[in-house]
Amino acid sequence: MAVTTTTRAVPSAEQQRRMYELMTIMKLTDDRLAKGISSGEFLAIYWPHRGQEAIAAALGVVLRPSDHLVTNYRGLHDHIGKGVPVAAIMAELLGKVTAPGMGKGGTLHLSSPEVGSMLSTGIVGAGIPVGVGLALSAKQQGLDRVTATTFGDGATNTGSFHESLNLAAVLNVPVVFVCQNNLYGEKTPVDHAMKVATVAERAAAYGMPGVRVDGNDPDALFAVLSESVDRARSGGGPTLVECMTFRFRGHSFGDNMKYIPPEQLAAAQVKDPVPTYRQRLLDEGVCTDDELVDIETAATAIIDQAVKEAMAAPAPSPDHLRDHVYADDRGMPA
Amino acid sequence: MEEREMTMQQALNLALDQALAKDESVFLIGEDITDEAGGGIVGVTAGLSTKYGVDRVLDTPISEAAIVGAAIGAALDGRRPVAEIMIMDFIGIAIDQIANHAAKMRFMTAGRTTSPITVRVAALSGMGTGATHSQSLEHWFMGMPGLKVVVPSSPADAKGLLTTAIFDDDPVVFVETARLLGTRGMVPVDDYAIPFGQANVVRPGTDVTIVTYGRGVPESVTAADELDAEGISVEIIDLRTLVPMDTETVFESVRRTRRAVAVTYSVRFGGPSAEIAATINEHCFGDLAAPVARVGAQFTPIPSASVLEAAHFPDPQRIADAVRRTVGAPATLGS
Repeated sequence: MAVTTTTRAVPSAEQQRRMYELMTIMKLTDDRLAKGISSGEFLAIYWPHRGQEAIAAALGVVLRPSDHLVTNYRGLHDHIGKGVPVAAIMAELLGKVTAPGMGKGGTLHLSSPEVGSMLSTGIVGAGIPVGVGLALSAKQQGLDRVTATTFGDGATNTGSFHESLNLAAVLNVPVVFVCQNNLYGEKTPVDHAMKVATVAERAAAYGMPGVRVDGNDPDALFAVLSESVDRARSGGGPTLVECMTFRFRGHSFGDNMKYIPPEQLAAAQVKDPVPTYRQRLLDEGVCTDDELVDIETAATAIIDQAVKEAMAAPAPSPDHLRDHVYADDRGMPA
Repeated sequence: MEEREMTMQQALNLALDQALAKDESVFLIGEDITDEAGGGIVGVTAGLSTKYGVDRVLDTPISEAAIVGAAIGAALDGRRPVAEIMIMDFIGIAIDQIANHAAKMRFMTAGRTTSPITVRVAALSGMGTGATHSQSLEHWFMGMPGLKVVVPSSPADAKGLLTTAIFDDDPVVFVETARLLGTRGMVPVDDYAIPFGQANVVRPGTDVTIVTYGRGVPESVTAADELDAEGISVEIIDLRTLVPMDTETVFESVRRTRRAVAVTYSVRFGGPSAEIAATINEHCFGDLAAPVARVGAQFTPIPSASVLEAAHFPDPQRIADAVRRTVGAPATLGS
């Protein structure tokens, strides 16, 4: 379905500054995790988002605090964009009792409904129908709340994706499907995994708009995501947005990335969204270098403090293993 | 409380009707459940879309993963969805949503998020529907911590247990046995609920305890009538809910009768009867006068031809013979 944009949403200087701030926190969080794990400072497993920061930052600025987000295992940047504190993320990754999941969830399953980050799934594609349900709930209650569900290109080959986009279109619920196309589904290139040229064109099969956008350009993302979120909020139904990007650290941390041609990685790194956006903000006079350094210094301090707190926090007690299985553990099997 | 005679199908319909009336957050979602689409293949949802509107009784495409996933999403937001999977065998499409999301959500987020959905499924049999439309798969869900598993055997239990399921704060898989839907019984007309984890002593007895649920209950009653004529007094316990399982009622009975037979219509090997027998052995070993016997479906896919299907599933004959062996009386089938 062709999409015609009449008025292209443009971020304000404050929104641009905020997007850079979020991207910086996302990037430095990933860098800090990589450093901490590599050096043996702490043990954790995570699925790096490095390179995909612009998408989560734009989504974080476009969504309202009351809107809902569904993400997946490669979603730490999405959580940060939605407002999950880095301290909560570090505690979750280090398996501490101070984490939102009290050491039970882990990286894959971090949720923070307090800020609308409703679900992170470890199963590729499985969050997509849950996002449809959150949107259905908003529609049934007459709320003007939007749900954004993010997933990778690999998820668009699952049955859940197809069932969910079709159902969302049929029910006309306020949801935006945000595909972060990083060109690899685990270790398989996207063009080995689908015969169509783009994920966006799959939208036509469900009778909804599909848009492909540069996933490394926060301003372009802001425009497309604003339009999609507004459409959902005003009763216009779902949109599929395909954001073209790359992941710099492979599938999970420690991935040797032998399956990625070095020239492809090098070309992607030239388009690294974080330094590129920094330069644009300077070139366009949105921020001074001092202001950007302040943002970076503050982000580093937040992350260092989060790591320090997480490392000092107690591990969960085995006495609590059987908590939170049921609302009430009467009759719970041994 | 006023009671009226009705079928299990009518009792389930009444439970859904009263839940929809009582709480705005309750809604039904599934395939062909509106009146326009026939009110469900066995009519359990008949009349409800007309009464409450198609925004609260939603027909969906044939998309089981999306049905259950959407129910979970709505439940995450505080709704109380009742998802219908038309036939239990179709649950395979949605198993990821049930096993990896509904069941574990509370645990993985330390109680910050929950998924209080009810998934209604119909277990067919006796219709020649064969291996992919006739299974009793409740044992699959017993192995998923966080889920509750309910299988009613009577109209009154169906109404009371479905009401509890809908308003329970945990996800519930609710099995409706198709061949019991026409069973008639007295049912409280007003809103009422039966707590989970409370087994029902359907028939008191002194010589042996049959532990069963769902279709196993009426079939065991038939067997018990036959055995009664032979002087064998059978106590029948209807578990009603497999998770949580009311083992105390089972143990109390077995300690008295000193003999137990577990009867299920799902597979014997690896099925619920294994858990029932194991837990009795662990807790009542010193009281047992005979090994715990088990009667379950044979370890084959379910065949279509009626003579083969009859050979696959338990029946009152096989149940009675298991009891006879347990009490030391001669069996009639010679096995």
